[in-house]
Amino acid sequence: MKRFDYSRPASVAEALAAWQPGSAWLGGGTNLVDLMKTGAVMPDRLIDLAGIPGLEDIEVSDDGSARIGALVRNSDLAHDPAFAAAFPMVAEAILAGASGQLRNAATVGGNLMQRTRCAYFTDPSSACNKRVPGSGCAAVGGVNGTHAVLGWSDSCIATNPSDFAVPLAALGAVVSVEGSDGRREIPFSEFHRLPGKTPEIDTALDPGELIVGLRLPAGAAAFRGHSRYLKLRDRTSYAFALVSAAAALRMEGDTIAEARLALGAVAAKPWRAAEAEALLAGQSPSPELFTRAAEAATGGATPSGDNDHKIELARRIAARALTLAAAGTPARMPALPASVHGDNAHA
Amino acid sequence: MSLSISLTVNGDRCDVDLDDPRVTLLDLLRERMALPGTKKGCDRGQCGACTVLVNGRRINSCLTLAVTLNGAEVTTIEGLAAGEDLHPVQTAFIEHDGFQCGYCTPGQIMSAVGLIAEGQAGDDAERIREGMSGNLCRCSAYHGITEAVQDAARRMASADERKSA
Ligand SMILES: Cc1cc2nc3c(=O)[nH]c(=O)nc-3n(C[C@H](O)[C@H](O)[C@H](O)COP(=O)(O)OP(=O)(O)OC[C@H]3O[C@@H](n4cnc5c(N)ncnc54)[C@H](O)[C@@H]3O)c2cc1C
Ligand code: SF4
Ligand code: FES
Ligand code: FES
Repeated sequence: MKRFDYSRPASVAEALAAWQPGSAWLGGGTNLVDLMKTGAVMPDRLIDLAGIPGLEDIEVSDDGSARIGALVRNSDLAHDPAFAAAFPMVAEAILAGASGQLRNAATVGGNLMQRTRCAYFTDPSSACNKRVPGSGCAAVGGVNGTHAVLGWSDSCIATNPSDFAVPLAALGAVVSVEGSDGRREIPFSEFHRLPGKTPEIDTALDPGELIVGLRLPAGAAAFRGHSRYLKLRDRTSYAFALVSAAAALRMEGDTIAEARLALGAVAAKPWRAAEAEALLAGQSPSPELFTRAAEAATGGATPSGDNDHKIELARRIAARALTLAAAGTPARMPALPASVHGDNAHA
Repeated sequence: MSLSISLTVNGDRCDVDLDDPRVTLLDLLRERMALPGTKKGCDRGQCGACTVLVNGRRINSCLTLAVTLNGAEVTTIEGLAAGEDLHPVQTAFIEHDGFQCGYCTPGQIMSAVGLIAEGQAGDDAERIREGMSGNLCRCSAYHGITEAVQDAARRMASADERKSA
């Protein structure tokens, strides 16, 4: 690991003033310290955010909105009773990710900013346009069974690995950021970027800007009764998603008044399926409808390598998540993540 | 750059001068505090062998920079027993054969203590397996581990009830 300077500012203003090119914000460190160990990232200076007060609140409001501070730990958010009741699929997604230990350390801001798990990105001896722009992409023609099937480019075929980000995309979250020019809000759909010709830029955050919080808009809790996050992976727990889906329905009687659907681990950003959502609105739930919605959600998907199986898996997980969402959020949430034994998990 | 921190490890207050901010909590414990009970498996957050409690919560000490822990309270496997009296989770691991080689065991035990304190799994075997999935066991002693955590969770719950009665 390259040597670095360390500072622990006591306010957002102090943190922003401490930033200079080559600095990195330190949240829980579960992604950053790991990548510093391999040498994939080599910051000159770590600015530890943990000493900043006021970024650890979770507020759920009566209008179905919520505000979450950037330093809230992943486990605290998932287990906050009011939050988990209003946004069960967000809690389910957080708890489907990483492990109990990692979730205790990981912050909301760090989770949204976590880097891809592409193995060539992690390994400094491999060509990687995301790590070293212009160096090439070792994953193209390499080991790429888990890489993107949507939105990829010839310069990068990596996926965004976050589970948490998938239901946030579906619910239209907004990221609050602060920089030396003040605060601004970034809609979730614009927060993570597709690679195009500049895969080194993961997000819409400008250098020196900081995530201070996250907002779920009014009405987001209206989906609470019919929402699920499902994740497929190589083992039952403690593995990144091969594909995942967040599905939420606002039911009026037997009719879907409004639908939300996003896919995870298929692209460099959580993939909100607007076309599928439009097709579901006003309809009654049925297997045929959910199959059509899943087709629409994966429209335009193409393998970026040895990964065409992911397209079929994504279709099936989308249809399954919609089916389970229609059946209703289970009484005991979070349900066991993707367990073969848990009640309802594979109903 | 020299960084001084002060933290409590297993109840003892320690002042530490860090000549290098790269030191992880795991290396601090093992290499500089003569507490080798906490194990290094992967050093990348992937195995759980390095699990300790920080301020009562389980975390991976291999991904935690020591310099971030000024004022923290750390508990390692060495600090769990009260003198000769083993912690109920330690007793249960022995009674249920929750190990073979023992390398993952300190991490398993610390993780189980953290899991039970979180109060989400109770004595439900499947929720315990899920809650313990951040701890790998190369000897695959998972059956005994699950039974041990179930048993310890039950015993600690009934001890709590007796206390509050
Ligand atoms: C073994 C293992 C398994 C995992 N499995 C999963 C999984 O299944 N699903 C999943 O979703 N995740 C998984 N993770 C990833 C985990 O969720 C992330 O490491 C974690 O969420 C990152 O949060 P952090 O606070 O520790 O971030 P850090 O490591 O501190 O930071 C990560 C990045 O975010 C930046 N950053 C941090 N805070 C801010 C802020 N407020 N504003 C701007 N930038 C910021 C940092 O500079 C850094 O670039 C796994 C990790 C490990 C090690
Ligand atoms: S897929 Fe992207 S992250 Fe992976 S090697 Fe290619 S450029 Fe790097
Ligand atoms: S040594 Fe820390 S998780 Fe493996
Ligand atoms: S007992 Fe040997 S690794 Fe778990």
